[in-house]
Amino acid sequence: MLALLTRDLRLAVRAGGGFGLGLGFFLILCVLVPLGVGPEGGRLASIAPGILWVGAMLACLLSLDRIFALDWEDGSLDLLATAPLPLEGAVAMKALAHWIVTGLPLVIAAPVLGVLLHLPVAAQPWLVVSLLLGTPALSVIGAFGAALTVGLRRGGLLLSLLVLPLYVPTLIFGAEIVRRGAEGMALATPLLLLTGVSLGSVALLPLAAAAALRINLR
Amino acid sequence: MSLWEYANPRKFMETSALVLPWLWALALVCLLGGLAWGFFFTPDDYKQGSTVKIIYIHVPAAMMAINAWVMMLIASLIWLVRRHHVSALAARAAAPVGMTFTLIALATGAFWGQPMWGTWWEWDPRLTSFLILFLFYLGYVALWEAIDNPDTAADLTGVLCLVGSVFAVLSRYAVNFWNQGLHQGASLSLDKRENVSDVYWFPLLICIAGFVLLFVALVLQRTRTEIRLRRIKALEARERLA
Amino acid sequence: MLEVRDLAIARGGIAVLERLSFRVGPGQALVLRGPNGCGKTTLLRTLSGLQPPLDGQVTLAADSLAYASHADGLKPTLSVTENLMFWAAVFGTGRAAVETATDRMNLRPLAARAAQNLSAGQKRRLGLARMMLTGRPVWALDEPTVSLDAASVALFAAMVRAHLENGGAAVIATHIDLGLAEAEILDLAPFKARPPSQGGSKGAFDEAFA
Repeated sequence: MLALLTRDLRLAVRAGGGFGLGLGFFLILCVLVPLGVGPEGGRLASIAPGILWVGAMLACLLSLDRIFALDWEDGSLDLLATAPLPLEGAVAMKALAHWIVTGLPLVIAAPVLGVLLHLPVAAQPWLVVSLLLGTPALSVIGAFGAALTVGLRRGGLLLSLLVLPLYVPTLIFGAEIVRRGAEGMALATPLLLLTGVSLGSVALLPLAAAAALRINLR
Repeated sequence: MSLWEYANPRKFMETSALVLPWLWALALVCLLGGLAWGFFFTPDDYKQGSTVKIIYIHVPAAMMAINAWVMMLIASLIWLVRRHHVSALAARAAAPVGMTFTLIALATGAFWGQPMWGTWWEWDPRLTSFLILFLFYLGYVALWEAIDNPDTAADLTGVLCLVGSVFAVLSRYAVNFWNQGLHQGASLSLDKRENVSDVYWFPLLICIAGFVLLFVALVLQRTRTEIRLRRIKALEARERLA
Repeated sequence: MLEVRDLAIARGGIAVLERLSFRVGPGQALVLRGPNGCGKTTLLRTLSGLQPPLDGQVTLAADSLAYASHADGLKPTLSVTENLMFWAAVFGTGRAAVETATDRMNLRPLAARAAQNLSAGQKRRLGLARMMLTGRPVWALDEPTVSLDAASVALFAAMVRAHLENGGAAVIATHIDLGLAEAEILDLAPFKARPPSQGGSKGAFDEAFA
């Protein structure tokens, strides 16, 4: 299973792997928003938590269809399904690779973009914490959506339609943590809820995704 | 005789053909009766005037929007566990109906909200979660439409319905939580049930019954269409093969 | 090693092959013949467990079959060795197997080259090398000789023969004469599924809808 992880990471870093594209998208979004809503610091500060979280979510969404589509096209998925490692494990590893390639860079870059959007300093650590807790859920939920749509032509658009509603709880709790952090309010509740959503997704969705893959391979 | 016999398409077609005319008639009677009673034979509310009467469409539609999803969840489970084709097709048939009920609930809510709250739309937890429910319906229907192989489509949408249900419930709680955080207690969500006195209550009950019957009739009718479509597809495929 | 009894298989819910029975023992190869669309690929996918049979039984020890589809499962940006090392790790066969497979399929001079820079025939050879290093006794090969030149076909035949001599078995769908004298040929045409009206197997559609 580790071999699968290292292979996926290697593929992402090689030419055409798309490493850093999500991050670039995130950056552009955070530049475009002030251009759209105006440069006032106060207004930006108040919407910064939401923008940063929605931005992270969309950046994550961009690369989802690549999780399984390439392996499907070149036949690797058939081989993985007949290989001795459980397909659930393979799904989890591929979601982990997606997180390392897409989610983790977002977490690391977020404070810089927070500064651009006038996010209060008090909220900065919470932005990092919430993204660190939430982005794994985004990757796993996305992997489930990608598994559902893997065999489809033009699956990309459908994938966003399926996955974005599933992102609602993660987005709400994640952005709420940052907002409360900015206002200096107690944030144990959303923190716990986000952790719960993340852990539950990571534990259960690989099962559903593997089931969907098996159905698609039939 | 077991209940599962009705899951046989032949048996289902026979039985539903017998039941459907009665269902349509009953649904029509309940709807017309309930709506007429509600619209014309109840007094105007002292506070809300005649706008309150939209309740006779709004509340039943909202109830059925949720019930339709629950029915789809149960039908999907039956398909995934027992592989009854009719069950999968019933889930497929119910989705656009549920989606339409959701839309009706949202639209009538907007029409009611305009004179009452002075706004067409408010990010109240209830409204928001209905909007999210609508998105879930949209994804479910889109997935059905996107997949060629009907059995694959049934399986995948079944899995989506299961996972989606969990996330829909989660979203409902998340939305409640989110709005509290924003507005410190939503002032706009008035619990309709408490305002309703008996005068309004009985016609409402009849309307609800009418919507339930309408839903069942629509789903049966659409399931019959789906079964026929599958038959055509099977015949065509066999012809190609021969 | 592999026994198939009274198998019926379906594609898209409609039966394509039925009443199919055969047995492949150690050291035996079975070549599947039949017109396009007769169900060769479907049969191989059923044998490898990717698809459930409509009826009948496939008897096979767990994790003993390696399946090679039309596609080779290669990553264009990885080198030949990297591609092989990955699958060796997945199947737990290790570096030695990679070395053997590289030599056997004559890939040594290409070892460091990225798969995207290989010709179609070279890719195919790499795909077959991948098959070798699964270390599994039963091979299910779908059109393995597509885009191979005569020399490579001979190479492939030698590889299959060595596998059989080591007690392995193979089921191969192909139209080319591989020069494998020991291979048994199974023509699938007589097993074409009859319409259910003439007593044929019922597909998922027919069972419920016809």
